[in-house]
Order: sequence, then C-alpha cells, then structure tokens
Amino acid sequence: MTALLTVDGVSKRFRGLVAVDNVSFEVPEGAIFAVIGPNGAGKTTLFNAIAGEFKPDGGSIVFAGEKIDGLSPDRICRRGVGRTFQIVKPFPGLSVEDNVMVGALLHRRTPRDAREWVHQVLERLDLHDKRHQLASALTLPDRKRLEVARAIATEPKLLLLDEVMAGLRPTETDRMVEVFRRLNKEHGVTILLIEHVMRAVMALASHILVLHHGAAIAEGAPEEVVRDQAVIDSYLGAEALI
Amino acid sequence: MIKWLFDGVTIGGQALLAVILALALAAPLFVDDYLLSVFIVTLYFAYTGQAWNVMMGFAGQLSLGHAIYVGLAAYTAAVLFVELRISPWIGILAAIPVAVLCGAIIGFLAFRFRVAGVYFAILTIAFAEFARIGFDHFSAVGGSAGLFLPVASYAKFDLWNLRGGPEMFYYLILVMVIAVFLICRALMHSRVGYYWLAIREDEQAARALGIDTFRYKMIAVLVSAGMTAPAGVFLAFYHNNLFPEQIFHISQSIEIILAPIIGGIGTLFGPIIGAALLQWLAESLRVGLEAVGIDVPGSKQVFFGVLLLLVVIAVPEGLWPWIAAKFRLTERKP
Repeated sequence: MTALLTVDGVSKRFRGLVAVDNVSFEVPEGAIFAVIGPNGAGKTTLFNAIAGEFKPDGGSIVFAGEKIDGLSPDRICRRGVGRTFQIVKPFPGLSVEDNVMVGALLHRRTPRDAREWVHQVLERLDLHDKRHQLASALTLPDRKRLEVARAIATEPKLLLLDEVMAGLRPTETDRMVEVFRRLNKEHGVTILLIEHVMRAVMALASHILVLHHGAAIAEGAPEEVVRDQAVIDSYLGAEALI
Repeated sequence: MIKWLFDGVTIGGQALLAVILALALAAPLFVDDYLLSVFIVTLYFAYTGQAWNVMMGFAGQLSLGHAIYVGLAAYTAAVLFVELRISPWIGILAAIPVAVLCGAIIGFLAFRFRVAGVYFAILTIAFAEFARIGFDHFSAVGGSAGLFLPVASYAKFDLWNLRGGPEMFYYLILVMVIAVFLICRALMHSRVGYYWLAIREDEQAARALGIDTFRYKMIAVLVSAGMTAPAGVFLAFYHNNLFPEQIFHISQSIEIILAPIIGGIGTLFGPIIGAALLQWLAESLRVGLEAVGIDVPGSKQVFFGVLLLLVVIAVPEGLWPWIAAKFRLTERKP
C-alpha cells in the first residue's frame, strides 16, 4: 500500500514549549490510523499542522504525493483533507441541512446540484430528521455528528477526526464507529483520528501511534501497542489490559 | 421562474406581497407630492439597506461607511452630467466601477492585514470621513460649496437624462428596490450566498471546509459597493445638489444601516420593512409635532434612537423574522 499521508520529522514549538517533537509516520491509503496519548501530548497540535492551521517549525508533510505543509487550511481542504474540530464549530445560525450544504458545495456548483448529496450525508449520520433545526439547538452528540457530516460532505480522501467520540455514550460511540467503518470500507476514505475513547480506537484502528510529551513513543498494530510497557506507563495504565 | 420566486412563501404571504406591490404601483395616482417624497426616501433606504445587508447580513462584515459608495457614485455621475452632458444611464457605468474600486481598496487593506470586527468597522468610517474631508477641498467639483445639477422643470419627462417630476423618480427607485431584492434573493440561494453565511457564522470552520475566506469576503464588499452605487446616482439626480458634508457624512452611513437592523439583518424583507417603519413613523411624528406647534430640529434622529432601542430590546433579530413567524408569511420548517 502506498502512503496517502507522510509526516516526516515534524516539530512545532510554542515559545519554549516543544508541543510536537520530530514526529514521523505514514498513513497508508485506505487505513484507519489512530493517534493516542495523554492530554497535552501534542495530538491536536500535530493535527492542526496537518490541516494547515499553522506551519510546522521543521519537517515536511506530504499528502497524495504533494507537499502541503505551509498551505492554508482552505487549500488543504480543497486537496482532499477534511477535518473536525475538537471543540465543535457548527455554524450556529444555520440549519443542520445548510451546515452540511456548505461542505457539499466544495465540489458542486449550485445548491440544487448538491441537495441530494447533502441528504445522503445527513442520512448516513442519522441527522436527516433534524435537518431543519438550527445547529445551535442541537445536543452535543448531534453537534459532533454534524461536525463529521460537514467534513464528509466535502468528499475528502483523508478525514481528520479530532476526538469526535468524547462525550458520547457507549451506544452512540458504537454507532459512530459503524459510520466510520462504512465510510472507510464502502467509500475508501482514509481516516486519521485522535481519540481518548479506547473502545472506539480498538474497534476502528488498523494502526496506532502513541504520542507523549510531543514525541512518538510507540507505533504499530493495536494489539502490540496496548501491550507496550512505555505506553502502559505513560498513558493507558495497567487496567487497560483486562 | 415564478415558482422559484415564491419558494417558501405561504399563500397568505404571496397574497400580501401582491397587494403591496399593486399599492406601490398605484401609489402616485392617489398621494400628493409630499407623501410621494416620503415614499421615495423610504424606497431609497430600503435599497441601500439591502445593498449594505449583503456585506453585514450575509458575510458578517460590518461597514459603517457605506456613505462613501453613495457619495463617490453620486459625484461621478453628476460630474459627467454637469461637465459633459453624459446621461446618468451611461454615468452609472462609470459610477459602479468607482464604488467597486473603492470597496476593493478598503476590503484588500482590511482582509489582507486581518483587520476584523470592530476594527474593520472603524476602517470603513475612516475611509468615508477621508472622502468627506477630501471632497470638501476638491474645488473642481465644487468643494464644500457643493455641486449643482441643472434643475428640471416639473413638466418635463426626460427619462434618458433623469430630468422630471417625482413620479419618475418614484417608479425608478421602486424598480431598483425590486431588482436589488431579486438579486439578493438569487445570491442568498447560490453557492456564494452559502459561503458568506458560513464566513459570518465561523470563519475558521469555513476555511476548514475549503472556503477561501479572503476571496469571498472581497466578493461581498465588491458586490455591496457596486449595489450601493446606483443609489448614489439616484440621489444626485433626485436632489440635484451634492454637498460633501451631507452625502459622505457618518449620519448618512448610519441611516443606511438602521433599516436592515430594525427590519432584520440578513433577511430579504428586513430592509424594506425597516425603512418603511422608520420613515413613515418619523414623518408622522414630525407632522404631529408640527400640528401642535412644536418644531424641534433633530426630533427624527431622537425618534430613530428610541425605535432602535425598542427593537434591540424586544426583537433583537429584527422585526421581519418576528412578523413572518407571527403571521405565517413564510413556511416554518418543522
């Protein structure tokens, strides 16, 4: 399998703090790749560097064979990278449908052309019944789903998910896991996710990268990574092994 | 086409719209010149409010200096007419680019250097003030003494040179209001309209969905400036005189934004309802005060202030969303 995303020696410093320290990994095309680690490990910073929120201080990021580090977020999205925000950012004054419509218009010229695709995406995320509600009126789980729906609507090749399971109940988590699995299997979308909910990570990921204090401390198949002593010590704790 | 026009409007709403349109078309047959002038001012502010709304209501960029586009367009067309006898219909082809160019300069400076929110609003005021003072000293176009167009005789009806009575100006501004309404409606239902709303709601999220926010904010400013320009040309030929102290004054900019704020920012009917309410009530108040022998200059402004306060407290979204829901004029989606 060829790598869709290659992160090579990426670093990011905020004044004295090294948030991401020389991190390298490859996300193969069609994979579901998880980045885990304790709070403050640099996961979201790494994400924001990939999504173009800021330019990394060092290293390079290559997506689909082209260097994307330093490009603006909208350019990166147009290349085929969709993202969600950890702190959800719906368009509060717009209806659920119109929120998704904004994403769908990336590759469709008129709302009329995009309408059917919007409805498909809404159905896939179980938001179809709520499509006329204002985004500001949604509950948190629904907002998370809307965040995902909007990103999917742009038809990304790579989907970056920043803690979309946080705050969901186990049954909702399972539903979300199912959505991503189908997206990955049936539509061939490669997924890179940051997640604390190990239930979701273990169910989804084909590959895990563990960050700690900005550095990668382990990488590999899920079964191996969760048994790695350094990972258990720094993040999972012993009870994760039961 | 017709179906598209009434999409989302209930039967009651359509009927009301038809009645209002019929009344508007027939109005000059029934009212005197004074009332007609009130209607003209009302439609003028409905028009400018609609144009301003593109920038603020759709794209979320607060302009407090729209007088600059009115003034530049007015001077451009007026100078071409006075000096070269060029018809305003040709003059407007120069006036619109002048206003758009001015918008481009303001927009580029602001968005390139990430001037946003309140600071953007201050920048727009600064430009309008700069134009006001500049034109005060621009002696080639009359400076502070003003620029005068040859006054038309009332009997004349010369549509090509816009020389004629108030009826002509009434129908002209009515057509302009309808046209700008339709344009705004089309914009609102287009890709650019959705992108503007996204930028208004959350710029960072908009960028993450692939929207080049600089480009779409620029488009909003250019469209809004270009739409405002015909109002300036209208004003020049309707009033027949231009004074920098009036046309570029901040009170002009403020009066432009009052109608959409009171009627409902970001809505299509808001600017029209807001303008009607403001001007009609203000004129009634003035006539009423005069009848009891009180003639206070500035009573209109005080009234505007009070009305604005009441609306902001009672219906902060503006009157139109409230009226539309109350009387079921548009479809409420479940």
